[in-house]
Amino acid sequence: MDLFNNIILILDATLRVSTPLIFAALAGMFSERSGVVNIALEGKILASAFAGAAAAYITNSPWMGLLAGVFVSVMFAMLHGFATVTHRGDQVVSGMAINILAAGLTASLGNFWFHQGGNTPNLVDSLNGIDARFEPIVFPFAKALEDVPVIGGLYSELLSGHFLLVYLALLAVPASWFLLFRTRFGLRLRAVGENPTAVDTAGISVVRMRYMALIICGVLAGLAGVYLSVAVTAQFLPNMSAGKGYMALAALIFGKWRPRGALLACLMFGVLQAIADRSQGAMIGAFEIPVQFIEALPYILTVVLLGGFIGTAVAPKAVGKPYVKERE
Amino acid sequence: MSQQRIPAWVTVIGVPLVNILLAAIVSGFVFMYLNISPIDAVKTMAYGAFGSSYGWGYTLYYTTSFIFTGLAVAVAFHASLFNIGGEGQAYVGALGVGLVCLLLGGKIPFLLLLPLSIIAGGLFGALWAFIPAWLQATRGSHVVITTIMFNFIAASFMAYLLVEVLKPEGSMAVESAVFHEASWIPKIWELAGTMGIKMQRSPLNLSIIWALICSVFVYFFIWRTKWGYEIRSLGQNASAAEYAGINLNKTIIMTMLISGMLAGFFALNVVQGEAHQIKLSLVNGMGFTGIAVALMGRNHPIGIVLASLLFGFLYQGGGELQFEYGVDPRIIVVLQGLVILFSGALEHMTKHPVENAYLKLSQLVGKQEAKGA
Repeated sequence: MDLFNNIILILDATLRVSTPLIFAALAGMFSERSGVVNIALEGKILASAFAGAAAAYITNSPWMGLLAGVFVSVMFAMLHGFATVTHRGDQVVSGMAINILAAGLTASLGNFWFHQGGNTPNLVDSLNGIDARFEPIVFPFAKALEDVPVIGGLYSELLSGHFLLVYLALLAVPASWFLLFRTRFGLRLRAVGENPTAVDTAGISVVRMRYMALIICGVLAGLAGVYLSVAVTAQFLPNMSAGKGYMALAALIFGKWRPRGALLACLMFGVLQAIADRSQGAMIGAFEIPVQFIEALPYILTVVLLGGFIGTAVAPKAVGKPYVKERE
Repeated sequence: MSQQRIPAWVTVIGVPLVNILLAAIVSGFVFMYLNISPIDAVKTMAYGAFGSSYGWGYTLYYTTSFIFTGLAVAVAFHASLFNIGGEGQAYVGALGVGLVCLLLGGKIPFLLLLPLSIIAGGLFGALWAFIPAWLQATRGSHVVITTIMFNFIAASFMAYLLVEVLKPEGSMAVESAVFHEASWIPKIWELAGTMGIKMQRSPLNLSIIWALICSVFVYFFIWRTKWGYEIRSLGQNASAAEYAGINLNKTIIMTMLISGMLAGFFALNVVQGEAHQIKLSLVNGMGFTGIAVALMGRNHPIGIVLASLLFGFLYQGGGELQFEYGVDPRIIVVLQGLVILFSGALEHMTKHPVENAYLKLSQLVGKQEAKGA
């Protein structure tokens, strides 16, 4: 029974940890499928986490935080598009620029607005009447079923009691799949990432498709950031994205640029993170695996995959290449 | 309008200057928003960075770090490889330098130890770049992604070593033992003191000489050797290079090894020169600053030394801004991001307008001269 409870707790934590990764990996998928390499996920998550927490605190409403976070993330995505699509700048360089800008701006503006060393004030503060955090959603009968063996654990602990954004992330996966693989828009978007010249010849604007992809990317990355600050910690902390954007990128590659694969990779990385968070390392027999190794495992696995040692990950063909029409 | 009519200086000096000017203007607006007059801010920063031997010392200390990480990025750029892994390579380089100092410090004379720590720092940094390089060369996996992954792997690896191996018995702080004093790279203010020049304490040490030597080395290597020619050919046109008989795989690996080596040298300045012990996250984003430095310096050693000096000034002066205005010192990170944005990501935005402006101007001047004649 103890083992069962432990597993439930770890899976429960996995859902919580995986949520921002799922949003961000899907965000990266839209962008990379359209041919724009996205190492800027990290910066977009950080910027939206900050904007979300700041707006939620000032308006005392998590929903305004959500709007603000998503808006700022989309603005950063548009900057990315302006540099890489309109001006055909290097996609990796502009990604770095966005990450560094986000790190600097969130810290400086945070300190200027709130004078708390770059933090935003806590979003739950009953003394000052502030209650701007997302509340977990408790499923019907979850309380009543809590003590029932097995079902209580599965239903009340694992499935119920998460933030709305957790369920939204899980829904976003099939929705993204449908959009990308079952609609005309999705077909065009993927075509732009594989063979932009052909798409252009068919009379579809490559620039417009890439901007659309980046808007979707901005929305999803914004949800990841808002989840971190407005839902989980109820506060913005400097550098709180802590590499999640890069890990999502790894998950995207690990999932071979497909929604289901990306979801599974995010959940796998989430399990690893949940285990690393819970313990000082895992025991296999008498041999102790250091916690740092578990933390590094997602990155090691991704490198091994990229090396083609376990399956192959083939990126969209035109990813990273600015599209230049022959004549202008 | 043909390309040939635009002289090189417009593209090489004019366009970058306009880009930096744009970054400066946007930064100025950010400062104004934060209730700081940009002119006062520059004055404060200039005083903080150059107003005393203390300020100079810190400025040049940061400059030294940026020369190493900037050269590392630049060498890879010449082969059209984007090495984002400077952060991790410098961190692992610190392990090499640290191990030499911990094991041999005080046991062998400094002049014997120094070459060993230089080799170890460079070797460890190069090793950390080797796997991404090898994967890119033989397996086609992109070096950008793998070096990002290796930054994280380096962070976990070093954290493990510091917690489990390098931390002295009974110590709480996650850092290695302090090196034996005989292994420290001499500080400039101490050397100046022995020669009778009074200088305030600062972390500036003799590594700066090594940084300048490396800059000269990179210049000769890239522009005056066969290997440099191969690297540049690979960067300009890989298929042409291959057709000319250049072994692409070998060149990719060689480029990344040298890039990693230069990043590894970072540890000489920060670890052997100043901290005298290996600490957690000692690189602290300076590997990424190398990207801004390389972009701003147009991947040329002279440009990189100048850009490093500018970033050294920003880092030291930015600290002064905090004392003076209570502004967050991370404001300089914003400046850094803007520089990367304008001189890297948006470089094409200004190129044509600047070149057109030059053409218009020269036509005007040409007409007037024709009239005068």
